[in-house]
Amino acid sequence: MKQGAPGSRIPALLKSLEKDLLADWVKEQLAATSQRPDLLKESELRDQSRAFLAALQAAAQRGALDDVSGADWSAVRELLNDVSRQRARAGFSPGETAMFVLSLKQPFFARLRSELKSDPDALADETWRATVLLDKLGLYTMEAFQQSREEVIGRQQKELLELSTPVVELWEDILALPLVGTLDSERTQVVMESLLQKIVESSASIAIIDITGVPTVDTLVAQHLLKTVAATRLMGADCIISGIRPQIAQTIVHLGVNLGEVTTKASLADAFKVALQRTGASVVRNSAAPARAD
Amino acid sequence: MERIPILKFGTFLLVTIQVDMHDKLALTLQDDLTNRISKERARGVLIDISALDVVDSFIGRMIANISGMARVLDAETVVVGMRPSVAITLVELGLPLEGVHTALNVEKGMALLQKRLEARA
Repeated sequence: MKQGAPGSRIPALLKSLEKDLLADWVKEQLAATSQRPDLLKESELRDQSRAFLAALQAAAQRGALDDVSGADWSAVRELLNDVSRQRARAGFSPGETAMFVLSLKQPFFARLRSELKSDPDALADETWRATVLLDKLGLYTMEAFQQSREEVIGRQQKELLELSTPVVELWEDILALPLVGTLDSERTQVVMESLLQKIVESSASIAIIDITGVPTVDTLVAQHLLKTVAATRLMGADCIISGIRPQIAQTIVHLGVNLGEVTTKASLADAFKVALQRTGASVVRNSAAPARAD
Repeated sequence: MERIPILKFGTFLLVTIQVDMHDKLALTLQDDLTNRISKERARGVLIDISALDVVDSFIGRMIANISGMARVLDAETVVVGMRPSVAITLVELGLPLEGVHTALNVEKGMALLQKRLEARA
């Protein structure tokens, strides 16, 4: 049997030793400090280990031992993907996840040593091959772990983007967009899209963009704001920018930003008053109302 | 030949663009519309582009041009029903269509035209 890597006895050994190796390995993992009995049940660990060894054995029979990116190793890679994704979700640390593959080394080397006792050269060669193979698989596990973490981060970023741009209807025909946090291009895009979409849905004729919660306004942010105003106007709605703090007013003038014909108001209340006027509505204080206690 | 229909509505002309606008069609529309404005002595033009979902810089400039020509012929132009994606594209192209009046839908556009004409009279 000289399939797989020419000259290597690892495939044959893996095949004949699979059962013993599994028992050793599971024992090893259960004893290790990186094992988390609170996050992973013993039966699950046993299943994962058995599946991995079976896949590893099958792949070693067919594929080259020094290249785990080939088609012969796809089953192994898939399994590692599942394992690391599951562990990333369960809250394992990266190190603990990598130890899943790396902890196979000790039992495997012990078996190699007892099998190849009579041939020290072969033992050294095979140990080296096994190290390289398991290191590669360990690295692959890390990459998969990292990737699933990044997916989580990306999803959260997107959720944050959506969360931070609510468009509220203040009155019939009047929308408000309270902006909180720094405006960058990506966020402006989302803001613009959700505002325009809401204008179509509610057929509002006035939109108030409130920037009380925007910490700084630089030329880029101002440009983004002007773009949003221009797009709103193209849709056939008016835009009012409100919540301009004194400091921001100074910055805008110092930067030489020309807000042009955009209506700006110091507070949302002022902007709302103008919006009501333009839509022909008004709020009247009822003189018959009882005087407030304060 | 493909043409965009121009409907007469009192003293207004109503243009509804319901096909993909290509450059030749836009030029034909420009011709037809200016002819109709002077023939019918129209006071207002309403262009409904709610079915238009792709614009390029040429079409964008075309809309601005038509509005400018109508103004020279003493008619107000209102563009209505622009989609969000189209509005964003025009702004990103640097064509905010200054001087073109816009409204959300045909109904509001009509009201705006009426109001502007009354203000002028």
